[in-house]
Amino acid sequence: MRNGPEWLRRHPGFAYGLLAALLAVLPFIVGAGLGKGWVRVLDFALLYTMLALGLNIVVGYAGLLDLGYIAFYALGAYLFAWLSSPQFGLHLPFWLVLPLGAMLAGSFGALLGAPTLRLRGDYLAIVTLGFGEIIRIFMNNLDQPVNITNGPQGINLIDPISIGGFSLGTPHTLLGVHVFPPTLYYYLFLAFTLFTIFVAMRLQDSRIGRAWAAIREDEIAAAAMGINTRNVKLLAFAMGATFGGLAGGLFAAFQGFISPESFNLMESVMILCMIVLGGMGNIPGVILGAVLLTVLPEALRYLGDWQRAALGHVVVDPNDLRMLVFGLAMVAMMLFRPAGFLPSRQRRREFRAEDGVAEQEQASLYDAQA
Amino acid sequence: MALLSVENVAKRFGGLSALEAVSLSVNAGEVYGLIGPNGAGKTTLFNCMTGLYTVSDGAIRLDGVPIQNRKPHVIVGRGFARTFQNIRQFANMTALENVMVGRHVRTRTGVLGAVLRDRRSRAEEQVIRDRSRELMEFVGLKNRGRTLAGHLAYGDQRRLEIARALATDPKLLALDEPVAGMNPNERREMGELFLKLRASGITLLLIEHDVKLVMGVCDRVAVLDYGKKIAEGVPDEVRRDPAVIEAYLGGAPS
Amino acid sequence: MDIFVQQLVNGLVLGSIYALVALGYTMVYGILELINFAHGEVTMIGAMVALAVIVPLLGAGLPVALVLLLAILAAVAACMALGYTIERIAYRPLRRAPRLAPLITAIGVSIVLQNAAMLIWGRGYISFPPILPEGAHQILGAVVTDLQMVIVGLSVLIMIGLTFLVERTRLGRAMRATAQSREVAELMGVNVNTVISATFIIGSALAAIAGIMVSAYYGLAHYYMGFMLGLKAFSAAVLGGIGNLAGAMLGGLLLGVIEALGAGYIGDLTGGFLGSNYQDVFAFMVLIMVLVFRPSGLLGERVAQRA
Repeated sequence: MRNGPEWLRRHPGFAYGLLAALLAVLPFIVGAGLGKGWVRVLDFALLYTMLALGLNIVVGYAGLLDLGYIAFYALGAYLFAWLSSPQFGLHLPFWLVLPLGAMLAGSFGALLGAPTLRLRGDYLAIVTLGFGEIIRIFMNNLDQPVNITNGPQGINLIDPISIGGFSLGTPHTLLGVHVFPPTLYYYLFLAFTLFTIFVAMRLQDSRIGRAWAAIREDEIAAAAMGINTRNVKLLAFAMGATFGGLAGGLFAAFQGFISPESFNLMESVMILCMIVLGGMGNIPGVILGAVLLTVLPEALRYLGDWQRAALGHVVVDPNDLRMLVFGLAMVAMMLFRPAGFLPSRQRRREFRAEDGVAEQEQASLYDAQA
Repeated sequence: MALLSVENVAKRFGGLSALEAVSLSVNAGEVYGLIGPNGAGKTTLFNCMTGLYTVSDGAIRLDGVPIQNRKPHVIVGRGFARTFQNIRQFANMTALENVMVGRHVRTRTGVLGAVLRDRRSRAEEQVIRDRSRELMEFVGLKNRGRTLAGHLAYGDQRRLEIARALATDPKLLALDEPVAGMNPNERREMGELFLKLRASGITLLLIEHDVKLVMGVCDRVAVLDYGKKIAEGVPDEVRRDPAVIEAYLGGAPS
Repeated sequence: MDIFVQQLVNGLVLGSIYALVALGYTMVYGILELINFAHGEVTMIGAMVALAVIVPLLGAGLPVALVLLLAILAAVAACMALGYTIERIAYRPLRRAPRLAPLITAIGVSIVLQNAAMLIWGRGYISFPPILPEGAHQILGAVVTDLQMVIVGLSVLIMIGLTFLVERTRLGRAMRATAQSREVAELMGVNVNTVISATFIIGSALAAIAGIMVSAYYGLAHYYMGFMLGLKAFSAAVLGGIGNLAGAMLGGLLLGVIEALGAGYIGDLTGGFLGSNYQDVFAFMVLIMVLVFRPSGLLGERVAQRA
């Protein structure tokens, strides 16, 4: 079996078939081997993969540093909650609410992008970060005078996704096998993740994708080659936000409950970390980063067991320790592979004005567009 | 009517006056040279013409339509493309992709087309690819398409930049010191490329230090010094102009 | 009117603390073009170390002034060491790496510091013992406490000192040169690594003092306190024009005042629709507005020299 991988490389059809089969039975293997809780982790890994691929359009393709991405996730989630929960007594079907959430988030993406696109990288980062915080603060406080978001308590009893009367929110027995909701959602999320990957791949290798890459590489040259930099950047923002909104809606339906707590700055930061750690701009890298950073904190919950095994008793509460170890791992991984685990061939240098001249030209370029 | 006319253009950076009432006109089909000592304002004028700088005063017309203070992509759309003095490649894209970016302004596929890859967008993509290959070959970069632009040899990067600009279908192509840093052999080849470009109907505007090359290929020449135009005319005339000799040629016409 | 003056005073106090933290961000950014995301956490560590000194020593019956002095010294020393270590471990090896790599390690360090603090000092709030003078004065209808006066006074002194250091000393000149161009400074014989270390050490010392001020002002400290403080301070630095010392001071003060006034008046402005819990929104809104209309900040790099 030593040349197994080589054989697979020469038979891609078989390799994909193997992958598909693995993905199809994965929740059962994981559920049986690691426990049911891990199926939920799988679901979240898929959600984060969608989010990371969405943010990758903004950061990896177009080179715009966005630290408020979670706001679009929040918008999608809240719209879903508003339109299908007892909050307003509305129970619209998911196939209507999900696209609406994606569209709402997408338009907010463009809306936010419009005034901020003249900003340089780091300034853009802080403005998007501010925007993310603003959304969260509103979600936290809009329970009075009119109760829109139910404040810090969040919105409860959100309808699960139900396809033609088949609810993903309750256990079913299919072909004699007992299937519980996280497994059902796994297949839904998998379908959406594959869709996201498909769109991301097609966009990357297209006229639009090339325009994004050109802006990322050299904005002035891109403008001088006839690219309407403002529109193309707005498009990146809107596309990224759309996927954020979509994932948000799925998240709300899956959890059945959302609160502002889920949409804090650290979440935005984590998604960015997934992209950078995995290898920005490179789809397999981004997927790897998302899965790794979702699974790692969960795996670190076993720190207690490990301590018991090694030292005979638990020295430090694993819940306190795991984020510390997680932070250390992040630093170590970055020091070890600064360009990410699977860096894209096209991306070794980052979006920075190369020197004073370029910055001055950039500044003047913007006064021409003002 | 002139293809490009620059009328009394001034550019000030704060209190510093980089260009003062510069006027010139480029006729369709000619190779027009813009020369002058370092810091004379040549690149500043280029940036004003191609929309990277706003002008402080004056007008710039392409085919009679004012283009001053328009966005760069609008000016490219009107048929005026440029290259940069300090090469600005999309270094981490392949050479062919660089040229394909140049087709952006002449093509239409949006997000939907990119995702669905319907017949029209597939056809358009194929045309972009074919045309870009053709242009690579035209500038002498056949078979270099898969190389990352940043890995190309210096002279090839300059050629690639020209191919990329050509991909926008320009009527007027402005080249900012296209032979800087090249050896005599490469310069000669580049000169041949200019003549080939002119033969294909493209008007060329050339910033150059290499006086010999300018005098060799240009139909007309303007000389800038300290932000002002001090001479304009056919090369032989300009070469003998005392002001030019004083300012630029240092009293020793080459 | 009284409310206005009172909120102005509160804003200035808060603002001078923001300014101290903002200086740390802006100095590092000016030299390395790096957002030192962990800087807020350094502030938190400063507060925590100070409290760790104050509480037992007070219990041992030492005089208050001595305890405070020792606490400040301990916090400043600890933060200086921490700042130096962070730069050496998390940033220096990545100086030639892609731009976002050090940002990620900075976030990692930030997570580590937060959780380390949680392990050491627990999840709860730690209260600052009431040892500071509690006198208050009536000034123009506003109540100004001794503590508030000390915070503003000390901040002003530190800012003057820092300005002197940057403008008048050898180290300051080396810092300014490095900010202009690291390569050229190196060629001119400046030891760039020393300068960068010094920048982190100075910034961290300021953060330590700011951390003590915050915990004394609000009467408590918490392992999570550095996060929002750092965010606000970074916003202040950007508001003033990042990389610019005077900008960080101005931005800090301005942000503090805007927040305080916003919190005081937002109810009236919106007819009671929005309450003072939107204080943070105000800060970010102003930041966004300023950046949109003056992308380089109030005292942007192009007008003023960078530090």
